[in-house]
Amino acid sequence: MPEVLKAPLVVEFPFTRSVGPVQSAFLTGLRERVVLGVRTRDGRTLVPPVEYDPVTAEELRDLVEVAPTGTVTTWAWNHEPRRGQPLTSPFAWVLVRFDGADTALLHALDAPGPEAVRTGMRVRVRWAEERAGAITDIACFEPYEGEGAGEDARVGRGEHAGGAAAGARHSGEFEDAISGIVAPARLDYTYSPGRAQTAYINALSGRRTVGERCPSCRKVYVPPRGACPTCGLATAEQVEVGPRGTVTTFCIVNIKAKNLDIEVPYVYAHIALDGAGLALHGRIGGIPYDQVRMGLRVEPVWTDGARYPDHYRPCGEPDADYETYKELL
Amino acid sequence: MTREEAPARREIAVVAFAQTDHRRTSDEFSEVEMLMPVLHNVLGQTGLRTADIGFTCSGSSDYLAGRAFSFTLALDGVGAWPPISESHVEMDGAWALYEAWTKLLTGDADTALVYAYGKSSPGSVRDVLTRQLDPYYVAPLWPDSVALAALQAQALMDAGDTDEPALAAVAARSRADASANSHAQLRGPVPQGDYLVRPLRTGDCPPIGDGAAAVVLAAGERARELCARPAWIRGIDHRIEAHGLGVRDLTDSPSARLAAERAGAFEGPVDTAELHAPFSSQEVVLRKALRLGDDVRVNPSGGALAANPIMAAGLIRIGEAAARIHRGESDRALAHATSGPCLQQNLVAVLEGDPR
Repeated sequence: MPEVLKAPLVVEFPFTRSVGPVQSAFLTGLRERVVLGVRTRDGRTLVPPVEYDPVTAEELRDLVEVAPTGTVTTWAWNHEPRRGQPLTSPFAWVLVRFDGADTALLHALDAPGPEAVRTGMRVRVRWAEERAGAITDIACFEPYEGEGAGEDARVGRGEHAGGAAAGARHSGEFEDAISGIVAPARLDYTYSPGRAQTAYINALSGRRTVGERCPSCRKVYVPPRGACPTCGLATAEQVEVGPRGTVTTFCIVNIKAKNLDIEVPYVYAHIALDGAGLALHGRIGGIPYDQVRMGLRVEPVWTDGARYPDHYRPCGEPDADYETYKELL
Repeated sequence: MTREEAPARREIAVVAFAQTDHRRTSDEFSEVEMLMPVLHNVLGQTGLRTADIGFTCSGSSDYLAGRAFSFTLALDGVGAWPPISESHVEMDGAWALYEAWTKLLTGDADTALVYAYGKSSPGSVRDVLTRQLDPYYVAPLWPDSVALAALQAQALMDAGDTDEPALAAVAARSRADASANSHAQLRGPVPQGDYLVRPLRTGDCPPIGDGAAAVVLAAGERARELCARPAWIRGIDHRIEAHGLGVRDLTDSPSARLAAERAGAFEGPVDTAELHAPFSSQEVVLRKALRLGDDVRVNPSGGALAANPIMAAGLIRIGEAAARIHRGESDRALAHATSGPCLQQNLVAVLEGDPR
């Protein structure tokens, strides 16, 4: 078996997300260097705050301000930061319970090494220089030697660390509060199309179209995907089809696609290559758009260096009889 | 539903199980090419054809391989013509099995094909899994799956529940058991290695790999016709915890415990448990939550530390537990699957064989 093809594939998109009133207040607060939590009916303070009680699902709106200092409740040393993470040099992931809060927030702790980190240690927020209303407005946490330092705070559940009073109520109102975030996402892959499609693409590089035949129903799939979707069986027998084919159906495109240098109107068609058990897609050229018809016989037009036909054009044969392609519509 | 409401519940069993060999890469195969042999295998074990199957349900995630709508392409391997009754969950196949189980309970179908596959090799799975996290407060920080598991492991150590040698022992036992499992990716001695994210070492983490699995479910007499010793699903339940990591007690798994209780796991002893614990530290949490004593054989297959094809590894736990019942090596087994960071969501099934 020849080497399968591989190519880099980057999937990258910005997610634009709206926020609820509690999330808006919290994230806008970070922009203003204020840390807000939300109170539950049973008196817990949740930081980061959420719109609904994670236990009772009750709607939460009662905001309080907490101190920008807190206590590490657990940690993990990350000696090889990955893309997108808060710091580029080694750091500790930490869950931090802010003073006055009952729950913890995930973030990074800037520390010289794992020896300098322990559960119960006191930390404070290091604010990002440029803040936009996002969790990354907290650049990271840093060790804090001020009030409450010297003796580790207790970490047991329900015991407030440090000396900060349970937070003062906060209206959650800010000027120019954010209504959403834009969260960029990027994932990198090395794409391999598998055995069947590799063979198809390799054949195309020689300007040949090669499908695969189902051992049971004998249908020839072009392009092949490795399996007959009707029979659920592997296809392996390779069959060269075309190069000529028949237009089985078509549409006239009147809207110019972005970044596509094709004049409208043009015809996009289903083309059943001779010997193929199903039609593939292609553009029809070399004929006025309003003269394209079902049954038109066509052949591929290749351009130099192309990896697939640029379009198909009439080959001059008489139109195919409907009976010969009606099963391929 | 509560068990009180269903006095005449249909008996449903796992009657066949198959899995691929799980390997670091499977470049030569597309997802359907990887999946098809296990589909043919389970159908072959039962003598069923696609047309005989009443319901088909699958679990997978497009994010793993970066292939949009890959689950529709995977259906090519089923042979879904004439049209079949079919569903898909963007979750581990254990949850697809749960959906199939409910479908069989309704009486709409007597047999079900459940399959799952995951191809992690094309991408960076540690980064891919960050995309399942809270998009407002957590995902923008890109905390990878190992980092989150490491936070949980440290919490366990702080609580005195485990230490590094104990975790190394879990890892070593898993890979030693896997030497009897030809499908496993890591078999036999594997060095504990360096810290990946401290306190977790490479040996505490699952291998990254590609693989697929499938099971056939059948109800009542149909199950007895298709399998000499069906693995009856006596109970199955799944529960979830809050998504905020800082809201949870990471040293415990109340959702796993509740699922086990609702599945009837505590109503009698189990001899075997297949736990979906991708990280050594998570076995510590689960043993405690599921009240598994030293007399229970935990992960005789090697578990997820030996092979962790994401989206299939949970279904494989159910399949491995069922296969032991099929072979007469277990009479009552617990199977567990997990999803989300730090064991956020948990499914528990209790499987039994007929008395011998």
